[in-house]
Amino acid sequence: MNAELLSLSNAPWLYIGAMLVKILVVFGVTMGIVAYATWAERKVIGHMQTRLGPMLTGWHGLLQPIADGIKLFFKEDIIPSQASRVPFILAPMMILIPSLITIAVVPFGTDLVVNVGGKAYAIPLQITDLNIGILYILAMAGLGVYGITLAGWSSNSKYSLLGGVRASAQMISYELAAGLAIIAVFMLSETLSMREIVLQQSGSILDWYVWKQPLAFVLFLVTGTAEINRTPFDMPEAESELVSGFCTEYSSMKYALFFMAEYANMIVVAAIMATLFLGGWAGPTPWGPVNLLGKIFAFMFFLMWIRATFPRVRYDQLMKLGWKVLLPLALANILVTGIVVVLQQ
Amino acid sequence: MLDSYLPILVLIVIAVAFAVGSVIMSRLIGQKKPGEVKLAPYECGMPPVGSARERLSIKFYIIAMLFIVFDIEAVFLYPWAVMFKRLGLFGFVEMGVFIIILLIGYVYVWKKGALEWE
Amino acid sequence: MEVLFFYLVALVAVLSGLIVVTAKSPVNSALALVNTFFCLAVFYVMLHAPFMAAIQIMVYAGAIMVLILFVIMLLNMGVEPHKKPTHIAWGAIGGTLVLLVSILFIQRGDTARAVGNISKDVVLREGHTALIGKAMFVDFLLPFEIASILLLVAIVGAVILAKKEV
Repeated sequence: MNAELLSLSNAPWLYIGAMLVKILVVFGVTMGIVAYATWAERKVIGHMQTRLGPMLTGWHGLLQPIADGIKLFFKEDIIPSQASRVPFILAPMMILIPSLITIAVVPFGTDLVVNVGGKAYAIPLQITDLNIGILYILAMAGLGVYGITLAGWSSNSKYSLLGGVRASAQMISYELAAGLAIIAVFMLSETLSMREIVLQQSGSILDWYVWKQPLAFVLFLVTGTAEINRTPFDMPEAESELVSGFCTEYSSMKYALFFMAEYANMIVVAAIMATLFLGGWAGPTPWGPVNLLGKIFAFMFFLMWIRATFPRVRYDQLMKLGWKVLLPLALANILVTGIVVVLQQ
Repeated sequence: MLDSYLPILVLIVIAVAFAVGSVIMSRLIGQKKPGEVKLAPYECGMPPVGSARERLSIKFYIIAMLFIVFDIEAVFLYPWAVMFKRLGLFGFVEMGVFIIILLIGYVYVWKKGALEWE
Repeated sequence: MEVLFFYLVALVAVLSGLIVVTAKSPVNSALALVNTFFCLAVFYVMLHAPFMAAIQIMVYAGAIMVLILFVIMLLNMGVEPHKKPTHIAWGAIGGTLVLLVSILFIQRGDTARAVGNISKDVVLREGHTALIGKAMFVDFLLPFEIASILLLVAIVGAVILAKKEV
């Protein structure tokens, strides 16, 4: 018997139940990775600098994220007297929420077939498959810029304002280059749906788009790193010149939200990269979620490694790289892909 | 089709509840001992000098304006990329003309030095 | 259920719109406008036009509002001192007129019942993005190419506005 795709019309309660379970699991796993990424980052960079990193809370500091969370919860929530209150309070939420909801369109496995009442239903392992999938991600990622801009402005502190403005100019510049870089993939895939893009790459490792679009992959790697403000593109924070950039005046849980957003964004960029270029959940092992998580962890480790290795670039170099190198390269890549596809036809 | 947007709505509700909830919780649990110095903007321990909200470099406006133009160009490219294989050579020439016209603008911006960050 | 949701979002959209014009701080006003755009995107989704919804957020909320926010923030526009509104009567008359005219048009009902070639089923089968692509790159080729000239003018305008020594 062929399994029917589970939908709201053929089995409403099963659909809603499956949906809630999927959402809670994905949300829980994301928050778990966010918490332990802070620990992993300190450990990885610690060992790369021949230090040990956190050791005291639990075995090799494994309880450190929980201790940090509790500590931040009990800290005083300071709103500077000169701050603009409404944007100041909204800003950390406005940066975390978009990064948490983008994960909805990332597929993490083949369909799960369940038998209920003698009928077989296929449950796609993805919170939802939108046919504009990647545009949804780009739209939400574009909203993240507000959080940073507002945080910087509303604090009414010089460091925050500079950090916020730098960050937003950097984010919009690299968002553009990232958006143009991935277009070459859609010229091959003919769809914007994340699920179908993975299915097209599910044959073997050789079907991964990274082989057909190596330049787009490298471009997205660089722009993605800049988009989430990681070293060597962490100008917004630039602690040696701007104290802590846009979040200088923040404390307590609001500060924690900025931190969570940074790691959640790492997960999102890693998931997009895995889905578009590295076959998503398909291959190399037969277990979908394991593949995707493995690729996400590998990318996050790569980012930590980069952070331990490279110094920060200068702001003028950063803007120059974005506008004068990455943007023309992305356009050239689109044209070259176009020529190759037309010649093949 | 609207079915596929229901999970997103639920996820938005959860994410908002999480963000708002944790801020409110910490506000309730955390101690409150405000002081004049504590609430002042941070300036390396010195009393703040002047206002933070000064006018900033025009560069940032240029970047934002150019971003709008090129973002719209990118928006045109998405439906084109999806249709590209079906449009074939015709589609390629069509988009080639579009991109070349915009490249003229890009070269102009470059030559005028609007991309310099001196 | 869908109708109820529509009215809920419509209420939020209208309320945000009111905040845009009444908020004293320009930044709060801009934020309310972003929220209005977001509600419009929800409407596009409900009208089975997800591509438009994504573009609405990407271009309006993600690009144009960012520029407006930059201008507000960096020109250091503070909170406007509360002035007694003048011309209330004219505003009320104008608003009522606009409302009446729109009700008239809605009552005529031509827009609501109009049936084109592209029905909901076609959108579901072929995908909204591909349909827009077809319309733009096959049927409306010339306007699309002219749009590039428009964008070129915008680029030149931006540079001339911002750079004094041209």
